[in-house]
Amino acid sequence: MNANIFRHEFRTRLKSVVIWSLALTFLIVFFFSFFSAFADQAALMNAFLARYPQQLRAALGMDRMDLATVLGYYSFIFLFVQLCLAIQASNYGFGLVSIEESELTADFLLSKPVSRTQVLTSKLLAALSSLTITNLVVWVSSFAAISLFRGQRAYEPRTLLLLLLSIVIFQLFFLSVGLVISLLVKRVRSVTPYALGLGFGSYVLSAFSGVFGDVKLEYITPFKHIDPAYIVQHGAYNTPLVLLNVAVTLVALVVSYWLYIRRDIPSVS
Amino acid sequence: MSIIEVTNLTKYYGKARGIVDVSFSEEEGEIFGFIGPNGAGKSTTIRLLLSLIHPTSGSAKVFGQDVVTHGPEIRRDIGYLPSEVYYYEGMKVIDLLKYSASFYDHDCTQRLHELAELMELEMNRRISDLSYGNKKKVGIVQGLLHSPKLLFLDEPTAGLDPLMQRKFFNLIREENARGVTVFFSSHILGEVQRLCNRVGIIREGRIVEISDIRTLQQNNYKKVRVTAEGLTAASFALPGVTNVQADNGTVHFFFKGDINAVLQKIRGIQVTDVTIEEPTLEEIFMHYYE
Repeated sequence: MNANIFRHEFRTRLKSVVIWSLALTFLIVFFFSFFSAFADQAALMNAFLARYPQQLRAALGMDRMDLATVLGYYSFIFLFVQLCLAIQASNYGFGLVSIEESELTADFLLSKPVSRTQVLTSKLLAALSSLTITNLVVWVSSFAAISLFRGQRAYEPRTLLLLLLSIVIFQLFFLSVGLVISLLVKRVRSVTPYALGLGFGSYVLSAFSGVFGDVKLEYITPFKHIDPAYIVQHGAYNTPLVLLNVAVTLVALVVSYWLYIRRDIPSVS
Repeated sequence: MSIIEVTNLTKYYGKARGIVDVSFSEEEGEIFGFIGPNGAGKSTTIRLLLSLIHPTSGSAKVFGQDVVTHGPEIRRDIGYLPSEVYYYEGMKVIDLLKYSASFYDHDCTQRLHELAELMELEMNRRISDLSYGNKKKVGIVQGLLHSPKLLFLDEPTAGLDPLMQRKFFNLIREENARGVTVFFSSHILGEVQRLCNRVGIIREGRIVEISDIRTLQQNNYKKVRVTAEGLTAASFALPGVTNVQADNGTVHFFFKGDINAVLQKIRGIQVTDVTIEEPTLEEIFMHYYE
């Protein structure tokens, strides 16, 4: 770990972290403020939703959510929080070393007396710290929104904690998978399309896996590994899938180090 | 002690040739000129020595240590000025230089300000607002601020005005006088001639010649020009004669070998004018590339 690289990396991402955090706060508080209206009209609402095609409800995970309960409603919002977190984390993952290479500043950094391992570790820790800030903001705004708008309705705080604790696992997955893909492709010219592709792609896969109930897509998308509807329904993680998720993250990290240490830094030609 | 020692170094980018079987060494305190046209492999060699890229085969040592396994230790004492300078666009010049200095153990603040003053840098401007020449100046300060023992200069003068170029050369000479070893890559021969003790010529990834700059000029080739009536290119068909050009009774050629052979030939001709001189490096260079 090199403190200078860490500080530099953390600073360059600060603006992005603030924007993502504000957007997520807004998303959570704004949507949760409708909760009491939903809950009051729960019977009406559920009858209304029942008229939608089964596939659509499955795609949104709504077939297993009871919007009349605090956590049922929250888990519906949490799905979109996850989507944002996925895009943010993949964005940082894809950009971690590739931005430096496409803007050709890698020569500057790597001609300094630091090892590749130090560079990558510092960058990863800086990105993780940035993601952790967003993570904490999600915690705070979730608790705030729930206590502000839940009215008299009770909820199981343990389950909420499970949901919120899953964020870090989720972020690490997209960070490390984004990183390993950026090292596997020859050159990442623009980070955003890749990040949107990975984030949205996994979400859409998860939605499809809901539509065709028997297709085993849950093995490959983290939206299924950490499925908010499942967690709320069972009050627990789907442990094998979470372990699979963590395993993929670890493999991606190990492969990333292996590739980065051996990498030829591209130059202008 | 050899500061740089390169042995059969080869680099392929997939199938594309980088450099092939390059060997040379540079002694402490030398200024070694590395010349060749664009794409010959000059930058590839420097990037290998900095372990920005990894060799396909062969090895290289800097300060007696292998560049692949001891990269970070070696780079403590290396200053690098790349041919194209790119820095973090959003940063201010002073912040970039401080960031650069933060990687070294000793305090570089004083040297940083000395150099910035010498190069007339505006420290509070953003990198993105700088012209190419000004970025290059940032590059020079950045490469020298930690008082390195070995300098890699990759086509350093591109983008600098003549006044700055002179300052830069003086700076390099001063550094060299303090014992700094310099590896100077360029395709501009004039500057190599002015600065370097020894040169290596690289062509299509292979070293074609390594020699003392004086030897290269003196012992190798003579540039001969003879003017006489009725001379043709065929008049000097001798072994060792190359690049013969004849126009209107004047013959130019390069000669390598015993000069008496040429004098013998000239004695038999009624000449109007004869010059025999050392070729410029430029001419030698062109000769190698034809």
